[in-house]
Amino acid sequence: MRPFSYDRAHDLASAIRAASAQVEVQNRAPIQFLAGGTNLLDLMKIDVMRPERLVDINPLEDSLSEIVADGDGLRLGGLARMSTVAHHPDVEKNYPVLSQSLKLAASAQLRNMASLAGNVLQRTRCSYFRDVSWGACNKREPGSGCAAIGGVNRKHAVLGTSPHCIATYPGDFAQALIALDATVEITGPKGERRIPVHELHRLPGDTPHIENTLAAGEIITAFQIPRKAWAKRSLYLKVRDRESYEFAVASAAVALDLADGVVRDVRIALGGVATIPWRAVAAEEVLKGKPLTEDIARSAAEAAFEPARTHGENDFKPELGRNTLVRALLDAAKLEA
Amino acid sequence: MNAPTTFDGGMIGRPTPRIDGRLKVTGTACYPSDFPLEDTAYAYLVTSAIARGRIKAIHLEEAQQVEGVLDILTYENTKGKVRKVRAFSGGGYTSTTIMPMDSPKVWHDGQIVAVVVAETYEAAREAAHKVHVEYDERKPKPGFDKRRPQPRQISNPLSSSDPQTGDAETAFQHADVKVEAYYTTPTQHHNPIELFTTTCTWSGDQLTIYEPSQFVHGLKNGVAKQLNMNPEKVRVISPFVGGAFGSKAALTPRTAFVALAAKRLNRPVKLVPTRSQSFDVSTYRAETQHLVKLGADRNGRLTSLHHEGWEVSSRPDNYKVAGTETTSLLYACPNIYTKVHIVHADRNTPGFMRSPAEVPYVYALESAMDELATALGMDPVELRRINDTMVNPIDQKPYSSRALMACYDRAAEAFGWSKRNPEPGSMHDGDWLIGWGCATACYPTNVAPAQARVTLAPNGRARVQTAGHDIGTGAYTAIALTAADRLGVPLENVNVELGDSSLPPAPVAGGSNATASICNAVAMACDEIRERLAQGAVHADGQLAGADPGDLRLSQGKLVAPDGKSEPLKEAIMRLGFGPVEAHAKYTPEIASAPVKLMGHKLIEGGISAMTSGSSVKDHVQYAFGAEFVEVRIHKRTREIRVPRIVGAFAAGRIVSPTTARSQLLGGLIWGVASALHEATEIDERVARYVNDDLAEYLIPVCADIKDVEVIFVPEEDHQVNALGIKGLGELGNVGTNAAVANAVYHATGRRIRDLPIRIEDLL
Ligand SMILES: Cc1cc2nc3c(=O)[nH]c(=O)nc-3n(C[C@H](O)[C@H](O)[C@H](O)COP(=O)(O)OP(=O)(O)OC[C@H]3O[C@@H](n4cnc5c(N)ncnc54)[C@H](O)[C@@H]3O)c2cc1C
Ligand code: SF4
Repeated sequence: MRPFSYDRAHDLASAIRAASAQVEVQNRAPIQFLAGGTNLLDLMKIDVMRPERLVDINPLEDSLSEIVADGDGLRLGGLARMSTVAHHPDVEKNYPVLSQSLKLAASAQLRNMASLAGNVLQRTRCSYFRDVSWGACNKREPGSGCAAIGGVNRKHAVLGTSPHCIATYPGDFAQALIALDATVEITGPKGERRIPVHELHRLPGDTPHIENTLAAGEIITAFQIPRKAWAKRSLYLKVRDRESYEFAVASAAVALDLADGVVRDVRIALGGVATIPWRAVAAEEVLKGKPLTEDIARSAAEAAFEPARTHGENDFKPELGRNTLVRALLDAAKLEA
Repeated sequence: MNAPTTFDGGMIGRPTPRIDGRLKVTGTACYPSDFPLEDTAYAYLVTSAIARGRIKAIHLEEAQQVEGVLDILTYENTKGKVRKVRAFSGGGYTSTTIMPMDSPKVWHDGQIVAVVVAETYEAAREAAHKVHVEYDERKPKPGFDKRRPQPRQISNPLSSSDPQTGDAETAFQHADVKVEAYYTTPTQHHNPIELFTTTCTWSGDQLTIYEPSQFVHGLKNGVAKQLNMNPEKVRVISPFVGGAFGSKAALTPRTAFVALAAKRLNRPVKLVPTRSQSFDVSTYRAETQHLVKLGADRNGRLTSLHHEGWEVSSRPDNYKVAGTETTSLLYACPNIYTKVHIVHADRNTPGFMRSPAEVPYVYALESAMDELATALGMDPVELRRINDTMVNPIDQKPYSSRALMACYDRAAEAFGWSKRNPEPGSMHDGDWLIGWGCATACYPTNVAPAQARVTLAPNGRARVQTAGHDIGTGAYTAIALTAADRLGVPLENVNVELGDSSLPPAPVAGGSNATASICNAVAMACDEIRERLAQGAVHADGQLAGADPGDLRLSQGKLVAPDGKSEPLKEAIMRLGFGPVEAHAKYTPEIASAPVKLMGHKLIEGGISAMTSGSSVKDHVQYAFGAEFVEVRIHKRTREIRVPRIVGAFAAGRIVSPTTARSQLLGGLIWGVASALHEATEIDERVARYVNDDLAEYLIPVCADIKDVEVIFVPEEDHQVNALGIKGLGELGNVGTNAAVANAVYHATGRRIRDLPIRIEDLL
């Protein structure tokens, strides 16, 4: 860890002003917002992130952590804590995939600290990224190479990879948001904007160090989730090496609008297998208008992993990913709508 | 839980919550790095980022600029300051003969290359990150070759002890039923929660070391040798140890550098390495490979057993665990061939890790036994029964006691084994496949010379002092129970002092010998006190005048004769003079060899354990046994493996402290599940470096993974093992579990997975 200066934000505008003076993209910027700190401080202690200044946005908690549920949908403040949202009765009842993805993430202590925005923006767990003694990591040091390709990569991605980076996006909640077609509200130096959550993260391509589309000084203020027919028949299935406190080896967030056993509409996002929270559009297309049988679910899963590329230790992931999606779809079909 | 047989006073064997529990849960227990020392400076390690090569240059300029930096040690200023000492496994002190910072040579990833000392931990860490090391890197060998079998080394007849009898190869050729397979176990690290801390402080030429240790006398004498000092000028303090599992048994390279740093600055220096550094600065369980070939007749009787093992060690050290010592004596078999080979690689030297030999080797044999049962169409428990033996098949020495089948029967009954459908894949619960498996656990009953000083005050308070160690095992409690029992005083009256090299020497807390060795020494000291009080009483003109001193017992604060006559303790003690009565006992194991009987206490005073192994006693073999049963559940689509139920039954002689003994076995069973399904240190083969070196990536089970665990004690009396009849059990619990889990996975799925850990991808 390196010395840094610390400021507390008094209002949104001053927080944005404080951070907008910088040139780089937000995730590499010398000025970082501090929410729960469970990812940022961790990365600072191991010398991976070296910001010069932290702007603590926790003083904005009153305005940035509200949870509003009404007939139109759900609005979740960017600073709302994972545990608060996970156990909110409206979220549990009407948006089960959100609640489940949060409850199955991290540990109780972390969920009490961690914010929704921080969660969505959390960085990869790639071991080579998280240990600065490894020279080659394009995400940490652009142009240095990728130690994971040809190395220890059981946990690495098979979808959305590039020859420059195959790191898995580790979170769970963003997939749930994508499955429910959520938007993210952003306020920055140039004012407010909204984008679908599935447009927030960027594929690694040849710039794996740029992880999302937030410009310098932009703050996530809220997530907006529409109340659609599929929201209630939704679930998050997380497959992992142990029962709790572990990232997904493969996961699926599924939201299903089913009428008489036939899929009217469906949204699917995959975790543990891709470089970003991965929307499986091809699988959705296979399912639409079809009865949800095991065979159809399997075809959808085949379509989802059609573009998969594996790297040795993670050769098993497409098969596991397919099985995970099939199980999630069949389980979702059994839910009460 | 069965109450084992007890002695007169009945304190030995009494279920008792650990007596240091309150100190621990309230944070009052002082672990070595908790001792507040004035004016402490903080050390932070810089470790190598390559596994093989040389340091070309170390650039310290940027680090030295960091405010608060006091000193930086590198090979340039420590060269020649630490003397080479023999390795623990070769009868010396150190975990490795690799000498970091003695030259620019790099032997393994994570080798210490510099120690930064600063006013604060933060400054030391920041500066350490700014030390730039340039290397001349050479291509390292990460471990085993890809091919099987690994190269077979030319055996060195002096160091080889590969048990063999009959003609295993011919018998295998002619066997009615055969199985033959390779098994592997991965690299594992102990990862005790308490890190490998060291704090050193000098007072003139007297060095005090605060370091969590399983062997304070070894540490003291080892450091004294390294620094060319009189051992009496070194004191090691380690009253509580936050987990060790073998990793804190031998002296590791870090300690001497902290001592040197403290000397250079003339102030206390404290080192708390990071979790990641802990993977390299101490030892680990090296990966192993096994070739097991079993032949049997149609009735299941073994006719041939071939167990060949390969183990990884560092370049300079011949460390091996050689578990064939155990697997060759487990079952009756006329033809046995065993052999152990070492494969050297550019790695740090491995070392003891909880049941070092038994975990990998018994895993291989017990998996093969399950395969044999399948090949025979026989129940795996019956296969063990048919091949049960009361003698070591290699040399026909009898077991001092062996309750293996009693353990199987008790555990099988508690588990409900009779309801098992033997057909693989036949049992399920909804989408979850269910598998039941079992395996044998065993561990040699090792005993070492030990000393203890016991004082008994007229007010009935007792003080027990011995340089033993409570590494979380419950030693404080077991020792207190022994003293309370023998002195006839309440448990609360007994004060136990451990973990300080200024106390009478005790052996390494390893090889599960501590309870047997130390409690026998404590009982001896207590008996000496009893004897002296009795002699005084019968020769004075009190109540007990003229009684036979041998008949008198200490009980309930009194000296009591068989006819009920008694005398208060106070009177008996005061008669001998002012103040407390004190005895210093030196226990030498009954089973020790002649040289150990002669030299044992000299050795232990010099920090050498002199432990006699249960497999190398002159006229018999002594082992503790157990039988372990597990249920696994595996999802039919996504293949997660969970273990909802474990039952273990164990026979380990006299159970001194049943509550903490149960915890040991419980923890062992859980560790066994970890080792079967979770634990593995991943190595980047291209560079021979550990990759998943923290607790987020090195998986162990969490609470949600472990549901029902039942521990059953099978009563056993065995007075051949030692006077008190104690068999160690600290390392017994995690021995059979790997195989039991793997066998259950086979039963659930029909898939035989021979490479641990077993993960989702193995079953897709
Ligand atoms: C051991 C462990 C296990 C875990 N397991 C899981 C798991 O299973 N599943 C899972 O999903 N997660 C898991 N996590 C990750 C955890 O959920 C994240 O660390 C947490 O959600 C991050 O939130 P935070 O508020 O602490 O973010 P911080 O650490 O404060 O911030 C993270 C990043 O986001 C930026 N940021 C924060 N808030 C905003 C905002 N409003 N606008 C713009 N930028 C912002 C920060 O500048 C920083 O760069 C685990 C973490 C640990 C340590
Ligand atoms: S996968 Fe990405 S994060 Fe990991 S080493 Fe390669 S570039 Fe770095």
